Amino acid sequence: MKRVYVNEKWCLGCHLCEYNCAFAQTGKEDMALALKGKQIHPNIRVEDGENIHFAVNCRHCDEPLCVKGCITGALSRDENGVITIDKEHCIHCYTCILSCPYGAIVPSEEGAIQKCELCIKTTQGTPRCVAGCPNNAIVFEER
Amino acid sequence: MLKEGQVRIPSGCAISGIFCKSGKRMSGEAIIESIRIMHDRSNGLGGGFAAYGIYPEYKDYYAFHVFYDNHEAKKDCESFLERHFDIINLSKIPTRKIPQITDEPLIWRYFVTPLHTKLAESQLDEDEFVVKCVFRVNTEINGAYVFSSGKDMGVFKAVGFPEDVGRFYRLEEYEGYCFTAHGRYPTNTPGWWGGAHPFALLDCSVVHNGEISSYDANRRAIEMYGYKCTLQTDTEVIAYIYDYLKRKIGLTELEIASVIAAPFWQTIERMPKEQRQRAEYLRNVFAGQLITGPFSILVGFDGGLMALNDRLKLRSMVIGEKDDMVYMASEECAIRIIQPELDRVWSPRGGEAVIVTLDEAAKAAYQSRA
Amino acid sequence: MGIAYIYPPYEVVRNKDRCIGCRVCERQCANEVHHYSEEAGCMMADESKCVNCHRCVSLCPTRALKIVKTDHTFKENANWSGKAIQEIYRQASTGGVLLSSMGNPEPYPIYFDKILLNASQVTNPSIDPLREPMETRVFLGKKPKQIKRDKNGNILPQNTPHLELSMPVMFSAMSYGSISYNAHESLARAARELGIYYNTGEGGLHEDFYQYGANTIVQVASGRFGVHSDYLDTAAAIEIKMGQGAKPGIGGHLPGTKIVGDVSRTRMIPEGSDAISPAPHHDIYSIEDLRQLVYSLKEATNYEKPVIVKIAAVHNVSAIASGIARSGADIIAIDGYRGGTGAAPTRIRDNVGIPIELALASVDKRLRDEGIRDDVSIVVGGSIRSSADVFKAIALGADCCYIGTASLLALGCHLCRSCHEGKCNWGIATQRPDLVKRLNPDIGSQRLVNMLTAWNHEIKEMMGGMGINSIESLKGNRLMLRGIGMTEKELEILGIKHAGE
Repeated sequence: MKRVYVNEKWCLGCHLCEYNCAFAQTGKEDMALALKGKQIHPNIRVEDGENIHFAVNCRHCDEPLCVKGCITGALSRDENGVITIDKEHCIHCYTCILSCPYGAIVPSEEGAIQKCELCIKTTQGTPRCVAGCPNNAIVFEER
Repeated sequence: MLKEGQVRIPSGCAISGIFCKSGKRMSGEAIIESIRIMHDRSNGLGGGFAAYGIYPEYKDYYAFHVFYDNHEAKKDCESFLERHFDIINLSKIPTRKIPQITDEPLIWRYFVTPLHTKLAESQLDEDEFVVKCVFRVNTEINGAYVFSSGKDMGVFKAVGFPEDVGRFYRLEEYEGYCFTAHGRYPTNTPGWWGGAHPFALLDCSVVHNGEISSYDANRRAIEMYGYKCTLQTDTEVIAYIYDYLKRKIGLTELEIASVIAAPFWQTIERMPKEQRQRAEYLRNVFAGQLITGPFSILVGFDGGLMALNDRLKLRSMVIGEKDDMVYMASEECAIRIIQPELDRVWSPRGGEAVIVTLDEAAKAAYQSRA
Repeated sequence: MGIAYIYPPYEVVRNKDRCIGCRVCERQCANEVHHYSEEAGCMMADESKCVNCHRCVSLCPTRALKIVKTDHTFKENANWSGKAIQEIYRQASTGGVLLSSMGNPEPYPIYFDKILLNASQVTNPSIDPLREPMETRVFLGKKPKQIKRDKNGNILPQNTPHLELSMPVMFSAMSYGSISYNAHESLARAARELGIYYNTGEGGLHEDFYQYGANTIVQVASGRFGVHSDYLDTAAAIEIKMGQGAKPGIGGHLPGTKIVGDVSRTRMIPEGSDAISPAPHHDIYSIEDLRQLVYSLKEATNYEKPVIVKIAAVHNVSAIASGIARSGADIIAIDGYRGGTGAAPTRIRDNVGIPIELALASVDKRLRDEGIRDDVSIVVGGSIRSSADVFKAIALGADCCYIGTASLLALGCHLCRSCHEGKCNWGIATQRPDLVKRLNPDIGSQRLVNMLTAWNHEIKEMMGGMGINSIESLKGNRLMLRGIGMTEKELEILGIKHAGE
């Protein structure tokens, strides 16, 4: 399946992906309108080191620990392999957050967990973090 | 008004050529008829003929046809010729007064051979010596213009419709194995007879229909090799390119055709290796002699005639064959009018040269050079 | 610090309604113009540091930023411009030579913009490049003078050393050091994909790029940096750099801050040492010396590679070019006074040399007058800005064009002309690793390929319009050009007629 991959060689640590992700979640048309004055909760986060930057998001594991550990079945793997969250069924137990080895799952403001769903619910085609990366550091491809 | 040479004049045209491979001599009657039928392709501002094998009694001498604006020019030119050549014979070129052709200049013919002393002094070969002298007359003697300078051949041209030009020059009284004709449709008046076609240098004569887009690239390239383009016409530059490639570089007619109407790179890439390398080489080395834009030309030379179209075939050209006769013309009607029964008639592709030469026996008989 | 004589020339305008405080501008500005103020709760800018490179503007996701010219002004004075005054202030405070980057920006005439092209109407047909072949392949090098045949009379193709290009454009010399590794990789990869050549400049050739040798021209300049036998052997052609349009008469300058790591190794000089190339080649004080270097390089490479001699367009350029043509060079590259650089003394950049259009026209004419035009090809640069400039240069008589600035623009350069500061925010004219990585060669090479593919389409369209279907029929075809708004003298030098003639 096509996944989002990050090549740290080209990641500039500009953090634009985080804002593009947060913007995608709002479903709004204008980024200024969507994010002005708001705290953002992106599903991709750039880890900054001294000379290295690396954006991290859900790996959509073939054997996802989060899905395995989810006690309500709110997390599931769809037919394409995308791990999605049904927020209605999430009871905020955060087992998934504890079990994710990448730290790619976080609680949302409302309490239910949130995670990268490869923009299948927000945009068509290329995930927004990929489309907005200025240096092709984030790619969406089959590997 | 500016004369041709001071201004560049685009033209449309009719061309026609007749060639007898067995060397049988025919009168100029047929070529006049052939070009007459394409009357609408000319507009009365230029017509002319080239004829080969017409001076058998003087075949070893350069035949100069010269236009003079006045007697002064004639005097200057003749004094120049006398200093450089042995003049074997000189005469007015016979003409016929007809109402359609007016304002004629003085038209003279000289059979000459370079003076040995002058030739030796110049350290040039005979042809190059003659070319240099022709250029000098044409550029330095005001009012004199040598428009034909080959052996056993001659050019006859004027401002008018070509069929009238033929009658004016009494072309029916000449006999040769090859004739070419040109009817011109210039956009503005050439102002003098030198602008009419064919254009000739030594035994090479060119009639051309088209307006080449590469003109100035070709002109500036060829002028580097000592040619002077005084007329600013395509025909002149094509004649010089032909002369350069043939006489100075030593290319064959077929090779010349593949330089001036070079195959496209995509065609070259499909050729077998050795042929491809040669084609690439010629295109690289003679890039300045590639001619683009529309043209159909007939190049007459000693013992042969070549027809060639630009590589996209943007001008018409039809070839007909009957026994030992080959006909080449802008339109098929120009062939049918003089030979209704043809063995074969076809249109050569763009860039495909059609070259006819005298049979071996005829060649020996006509051999004008030692 | 005392008195601030220099008022910042630009203002950073931030639309507070659009700024979402993402701080991309802050992270991306190597000049540290932007910062987030906790106290004010918003982004602030120190415009005195701004070089107007537009990196922040281009990356701002909400288009909240723009840079405008300040309207702060001196008392109006037609003689003492604000620029002239500020330059005095700058020199009065530093005592130094003013440095600048990229090409001469002063308002001298641009002859390319005063030349118009022809097209076919009625008497000969235009040709449709979408339907008919349209050829832009060119060869650079000497043309053989004679044809040789085998015993069967077949022509023997005996090519002299030459370069073959898919279109008449090459990337001009920009050294590794003056530009980044990634910029070089972008150029090399694009050259290979396009079937053209790029040029190492005088910084040597990084070992990673030997794989692009077939599309590489290596330069031998007065500093001889990075020159060794492998370097020469790898290349498709060798260029002797006698001069450069941006700074005729002086050598290349690369500050020690850029001589780090691989750059120092590739140049074969110690880290941190300034690479100041001598003004002349100290083995070339005259034309006969040039001939010796040309033949030394030919000898060293077995007479297999064409040798280019690059000169700046100066007053007697045609005589110099004629001398070069007789010195054994296969190609002459002429660089006009608008040519770019990574660093040059401002006074030299802005006052020395002549326009490439005039230099080209007179060189082409001179070489033809002397009958030696076939002995060399002419490549011109400085500055070729578009396919139309390429087209006009070819019609004036060039065989090919060098593009430097245009290729950097394709890579993202915004012509802020601050290359000499080494903090290029676009990852081009810098050696700072965090900045270099901003230019991903996957993107860079593709953008170069895109640009030249577009140019080639445009060249074909213009050729077709005038009924020409092969670029060689355009070369020197000055009848296809007309001048507009020029004097008799200018037209005479260019060898073209005025529009309407």
